Amino acid sequence: MKLVYETSTKDHKGLQLPKCDLNYELDDKYKRKEKLNLPELSEVEVVRHYTALSKETYSVDDGIYPLGSCTMKYNPKLNEEVASFEGFSQVHPLQDVSTVQGCLQALDLAKKYVCTITGMDNASFQPAAGAHGEFTCMMMIKKYHEERNDTKRKKIIIPDSAHGTNPASATMCGFETVTIKSENGIVSMEELNKVLSDEIAGIMLTNPNTLGLYEKEILNITKAVHDCGGLAYYDGANLNAVMGISRPGEMGFDCLHLNLHKTFSTPHGGGGPGSGAICCNKKLEKYLPNPIIKNEEGIYTFENIDSSIGKVKDFYGNFTVVLKALTYMLRLGNNGIRETSENAVLNANYIMNGIKDLYDVAIDEVCMHEFVLDLSRFKKETGFSALDVSKRLIDYGIHPPTMYFPLIVKEALMIEPTETESKETLDMVIDIFRKIHEEAYSKSVDLTKAPLNTKYGRMDEVTSARNPRLKYGD
Amino acid sequence: MSYTVNSKKEILEMLEACGVDDISKLFEHLPSGTKYEGLLNLDEGKSEMEVYNFMKDMSKNNVVYPTIFRGAGAYKHYIPSAVKNLSSLSNFVTSYTPYQPEISQGLLQALFEYQSMICDITGMDVSNASVYDGATAACEAMNMCLDRKRKKVLVSSSVNPSTLSVMKTYAYAYDIEIIEVDLKEGLVDKEDLKDKLKEDIACFYVENPNYYGLLEDIIDLGNIVHENGSKYIIGCNPISLGLITSPSEANADIAVGEGQSLGIPLSFGGPYFGFMACKRELMRKLPGRIVGQTTDTKGQRGFVLTLQAREQHIRREKASSSICSNQSLCALTGAMYLAYVGPVGLNEVAKRCFDLAHYAFNQIIKIDGFTPKYEGEFFHEFVIKTPIHVDIINQYLDNNNILGGLGISDNEMLFCVTEANSIEEIDLLVKLLKEVAL
Amino acid sequence: MDELKNVLFTKTHEWVKIEGEIAYVGLSDYAQSQMGDIVFINLEEDDYEVGDTIGDVESVKSVSDIYSPFTGTIVEINSVIFDDPGAINRDPYGTWLCKYENVSDKEEFLTLEEYEEIIKE
Repeated sequence: MKLVYETSTKDHKGLQLPKCDLNYELDDKYKRKEKLNLPELSEVEVVRHYTALSKETYSVDDGIYPLGSCTMKYNPKLNEEVASFEGFSQVHPLQDVSTVQGCLQALDLAKKYVCTITGMDNASFQPAAGAHGEFTCMMMIKKYHEERNDTKRKKIIIPDSAHGTNPASATMCGFETVTIKSENGIVSMEELNKVLSDEIAGIMLTNPNTLGLYEKEILNITKAVHDCGGLAYYDGANLNAVMGISRPGEMGFDCLHLNLHKTFSTPHGGGGPGSGAICCNKKLEKYLPNPIIKNEEGIYTFENIDSSIGKVKDFYGNFTVVLKALTYMLRLGNNGIRETSENAVLNANYIMNGIKDLYDVAIDEVCMHEFVLDLSRFKKETGFSALDVSKRLIDYGIHPPTMYFPLIVKEALMIEPTETESKETLDMVIDIFRKIHEEAYSKSVDLTKAPLNTKYGRMDEVTSARNPRLKYGD
Repeated sequence: MSYTVNSKKEILEMLEACGVDDISKLFEHLPSGTKYEGLLNLDEGKSEMEVYNFMKDMSKNNVVYPTIFRGAGAYKHYIPSAVKNLSSLSNFVTSYTPYQPEISQGLLQALFEYQSMICDITGMDVSNASVYDGATAACEAMNMCLDRKRKKVLVSSSVNPSTLSVMKTYAYAYDIEIIEVDLKEGLVDKEDLKDKLKEDIACFYVENPNYYGLLEDIIDLGNIVHENGSKYIIGCNPISLGLITSPSEANADIAVGEGQSLGIPLSFGGPYFGFMACKRELMRKLPGRIVGQTTDTKGQRGFVLTLQAREQHIRREKASSSICSNQSLCALTGAMYLAYVGPVGLNEVAKRCFDLAHYAFNQIIKIDGFTPKYEGEFFHEFVIKTPIHVDIINQYLDNNNILGGLGISDNEMLFCVTEANSIEEIDLLVKLLKEVAL
Repeated sequence: MDELKNVLFTKTHEWVKIEGEIAYVGLSDYAQSQMGDIVFINLEEDDYEVGDTIGDVESVKSVSDIYSPFTGTIVEINSVIFDDPGAINRDPYGTWLCKYENVSDKEEFLTLEEYEEIIKE
């Protein structure tokens, strides 16, 4: 594919402004002297360029996208249309609050939904993404201890199966992270008890965890952390397994983030925008980011509270992403919410049961919304790795699962089909996995060369990292 | 109603394959005390038509102003139809972060081009693939400059107050101190800056144009900051870069900004995107996703996510930032906008904003009682002292379907004029201001 | 294995070579093979104590810390490793990472044989 710069032709131009005779002089001192090197294209050239690029991009609208812990479910088209309603998309964020009652109503209603789904008391939609939500919750925990003059609490417990964002977010808030080993894929009470002390600020957990297992000791875990004076934070990346079935509130958590771009069907946009809504209970609500929405008999206002950690983002968060999530929740309702999680879990178990006679499952139990294959034995016996299998999946037209995560499984493939895939698609996935297994053991295909049928082969990542070329002309 | 697919019959077959007879069996192992019995206390699901109408009605509870003279961090520019249309291409909208380059070349290339364009307009060497917004971009930039010996940050008091407040929140998290630099005539007071530059100052952050729309003396400020061995961060408005001094011309170490002006609708504050670009020597400190050019096994040019060892999924607790998701689709929209306007068009849009804003400024200060607050040159925003309370003015403008300037005190209004405003709109604004002040 | 003459090892997979007042530190062959293609090294000239993290080594998909085997001053970093980090993979014992002076303390080192026992486990 030609780069947009390579399709540039001098004096091609898309833009035409209305006629205007004004001409004010800008002092030379403030003027840009450096030449702008942007490409020059006509409108049709711009349209063809990006249309061609979009065709070389795999998306959920193309097919199954079973990235574990990413919850790549179908993104309903209604969401997009609602977000584009003029009454939402053309509203300036600094309008008088009396002229944005619809926006505040949407945020308030979305708050009611996420609080009910999670069993929490309050929420904020300001964080822009999951990691941003984690970071915000960690700051709230930091402030909670500080206000109680409990300044010794500088440690956050994180299991070794956690997402990388967890330790990074905790460190950003000045916490030291304490990693605890999992046992049989779940948190070991023995390991946890070893690290509990009056220096513990809290714990970060996702449940079900990244192995797709429900933490059986969850009530004991959160109680033990609370008993030692710490708080419990829930990473909502994996909520799709338990909506309407089990709530972080009852599990004993104090705060959490939700990835609206995972569980709540808003599109991921090739990396974002997402939304990292956060919810918390009474202990922490006074620290939520400003401004807070107040609803007094249907009149909505913004309020800044002194005890807040402050703002974490401009304005009120990724507003139209919240709108899409709200639209989705209204469509589902209490019955659909539950049905969604039930089917997400069923679909994952169905694939697992369809291939576990051939591939080792990291922990062979009933899984929740995802499960992890351990291809260590496979690799030993065939010489092919989890990466090779992933690349071969591409040849068969499906997006590979999450690879090499969680870190506690060596040759990990983490599979999350989501509830929006049909039995027919799941059967296809099972067949493809079985076929690849046969190819690997019979050596009929050299999987290290896969993908074989795509326009592009494997990329040289080493050279790219050693000698980065990060813009046109580098 | 959910978006699940399978019929009852299919579900039964699947359950059987899993060795259970009922879906509830898959949740049997959840410990007692963690299960929610019954249905959540929410309405039951509704049809698409009902939800559409409900949300449509809700949207009507907002006022949409056909004419806007307010900016202060969110700007109404004209968005070309082609850009609107391209930014909703479903393969860009519904794809994930491009972890598998073989089937994501289109997206990776588009992000590589975005990085190139951000480097073009800022003049910097290296750009990432976007962060959450302009305010958090400033925070991430500040974080890039901290080291063992330099743990304090200077920020001009002329930056957007919302950005400053987000920086203060991040500073609370990082346990670092932010010191504000005073102003003189709405611009950075160079003497105060010199006084406050100590050896523990990691960096200085200034915005150009600043919150009051004024153009700072960014070249001189850069010299002062670098003399102290501190890093220099400039927050910029991308449209303005078609006309005014670029961050690289001012020798900035890092350039950041809010990208919303580049084809992103106002949308009540988000999603927008933050751009970040820096000098080559800071490349490995730049947070977030970065796309690099390479070759594939067939020798073709290709693109991959690169320098990943900086990031949280590898570096975990040692990563300098936890950012994972960014604002890719918004960044792509920005790139589409820049490709559409091109170098000449970006200059034209910037110059038109400048011309119309100066026209409006000159007309407004002719009205009795309306005077400029500052003398300095500005881009497309300016502060006017008003003879009556700003709320009265804005109410009057509102009655005429105009969103007036932002009241920044009882008698000071921050106006913004862009290429989306017409001379006729400005003339009407001036007429209404005259009437209301009578 | 002439190049391994006078080379000692740490439990954390660095090798050291002491030549009078000067000491060289590198990565063991085992360490480089575990990491795969090395793409970048973060190291800074400064004073360090035994056990301090002096920097890290990046491969495409991993990062590993490098620990100081000495109390002393890193006076030089091998410029080769910035221009060609792959040299560490190709020739781990011929490619030192950093050079120490003013060494006042050191950890207990392993001989090649002792180190080979450890990595067997």
